[in-house]
Amino acid sequence: MNFFFIITSLIKIAIVLGVILFMVSYAVYAERRVSAFIQDRVGPNRVGPAGLLQPLADMFKLLLKEDFTPRTTNTFYYWLAPCLAVMPAIITIAVVPFGSTLFGIPMVIADVNVGIFFVFAISSLGVYGIVIGGWASNSKYPFLGGIRSSAQMLSYELSLGLAVIPVFLLVGSLRLTSVVQYQIEHGWFIAPFIGDWMNPWKWLLTIPMIISFLVFMIAIFAETNRLPFDLPEAEQELAGGYNTEYSSMKFALYFLGEYAAMITGAAVVVTLFFGGWHFPGIPDGSHGWIFGLINIAVFLAKVAVVIFLFMWVRWTLPRFRWDQLMRLGWLFFFEIALVNIFLVAGILAYMTP
Amino acid sequence: MTITVPRPKLNWRERLYLPAIASGLAITLKHFKNMLFGRTKVTMQYPEQKWDSHLPDYYRGAPALVRDSGGRVRCVACQLCEFICPPRAIKIIPGEIPPSDRFAKVEKFPQEFDIDMIRCIYCGMCEEVCPEQAIFLRKDYAITGFTRADMVHHKEKLLEIGGVMHGVVLKWNEKK
Repeated sequence: MNFFFIITSLIKIAIVLGVILFMVSYAVYAERRVSAFIQDRVGPNRVGPAGLLQPLADMFKLLLKEDFTPRTTNTFYYWLAPCLAVMPAIITIAVVPFGSTLFGIPMVIADVNVGIFFVFAISSLGVYGIVIGGWASNSKYPFLGGIRSSAQMLSYELSLGLAVIPVFLLVGSLRLTSVVQYQIEHGWFIAPFIGDWMNPWKWLLTIPMIISFLVFMIAIFAETNRLPFDLPEAEQELAGGYNTEYSSMKFALYFLGEYAAMITGAAVVVTLFFGGWHFPGIPDGSHGWIFGLINIAVFLAKVAVVIFLFMWVRWTLPRFRWDQLMRLGWLFFFEIALVNIFLVAGILAYMTP
Repeated sequence: MTITVPRPKLNWRERLYLPAIASGLAITLKHFKNMLFGRTKVTMQYPEQKWDSHLPDYYRGAPALVRDSGGRVRCVACQLCEFICPPRAIKIIPGEIPPSDRFAKVEKFPQEFDIDMIRCIYCGMCEEVCPEQAIFLRKDYAITGFTRADMVHHKEKLLEIGGVMHGVVLKWNEKK
């Protein structure tokens, strides 16, 4: 805990926070453009070249709107809830390695040895923002949204946690940097073309890894309230769900939290299954600062691809019915994830190195 | 009477649900790609692109007063258009041409000629009824304004839209 560490950490926190907020604003723009393109529309293209200044216009609009608090709300919790929705999503990114090293400084804010536990523990807190917001609004639609959210989170947290266990059975460490390191040596989990990739056991392991990836991805969709599972804010049923009574900057905070959670989820997926900042043939930051920057760029590009996947799925699939959602979570993904763990454990027990 | 709706029996592929998702994703990706590479034909980008050159000759846009080739306002303030106008959008205050004037034969001229474009329904009856061929429906269709008063076209504005019209009916022509 010397002075140098504190200074570099503060700089990293500032930069990462800035990048996250920038990415959130442009994720909203990208969402609108992608949805427009998928539906054969044009999308926002008025503000700036190709509409690229649209996030600024959105921000000013949200800032200048009246911040209205209905009289019947529970004011303290009503004000607290949007903050609770944003914080977990942004805190989670602290343990995700977003690059190798730059000038010898590791590109991760907190390299804790319980990385994935930290991610799950903090990101689960995001549900409090929604539940408290739904309850404090003192209105039936937000309330229903909050209830749905809590039940949904509970159901999908299980398969989320179980789906990543195979990854850590292989890696042998909960530290996210060592997950990336393992993938650099043995190939990405869903495409192991590096290292001893001629080994048939390795390919046998890839099957449960892909199952694990699919289950994790679907659980992340549910966790971040993205569309096949966006029951808490089902616009057509609940008039906007938990954020119905919110306006102005508090609504913007909910929006920010939702998109920040999406970016964090994408970053975790990239770290766990797509090799983090690694790209075959590009050395890490110890070979020069330019490679350090390229590693960060590779990571951001991968995150962008996963975010596009999120949007693509959102504008393709209709929303699940409530009972379908519950059945899927409890009778399907939970079992698959559980069997998958035994599958990987079995393969690992007989695997010849 | 109860109606039993038979549910289709799904085969294993349909029950697996994933092939349907995959084909759905393929369709949306195809639309995304076509749009990205400009292969999809989308709506016209209105304020930048306009359809004006394709408007037919009989298009009924904003009504306007015209001048003749000599630069004189053709309207003689007969008030037939004011009378015929179904929504009563036209208001004319006629003035008298003094006897010493060159066109004293015409007797009247419009001192004020207002068309309230909020009321106008672009029916073209004013054009049809005009004995002097002084009012025409032009191709201007984007009539905008910030206030109700802005939306009233006064004589100057109407003449500006109308421009010059070369025609045959020339009541004040000496040879007629």
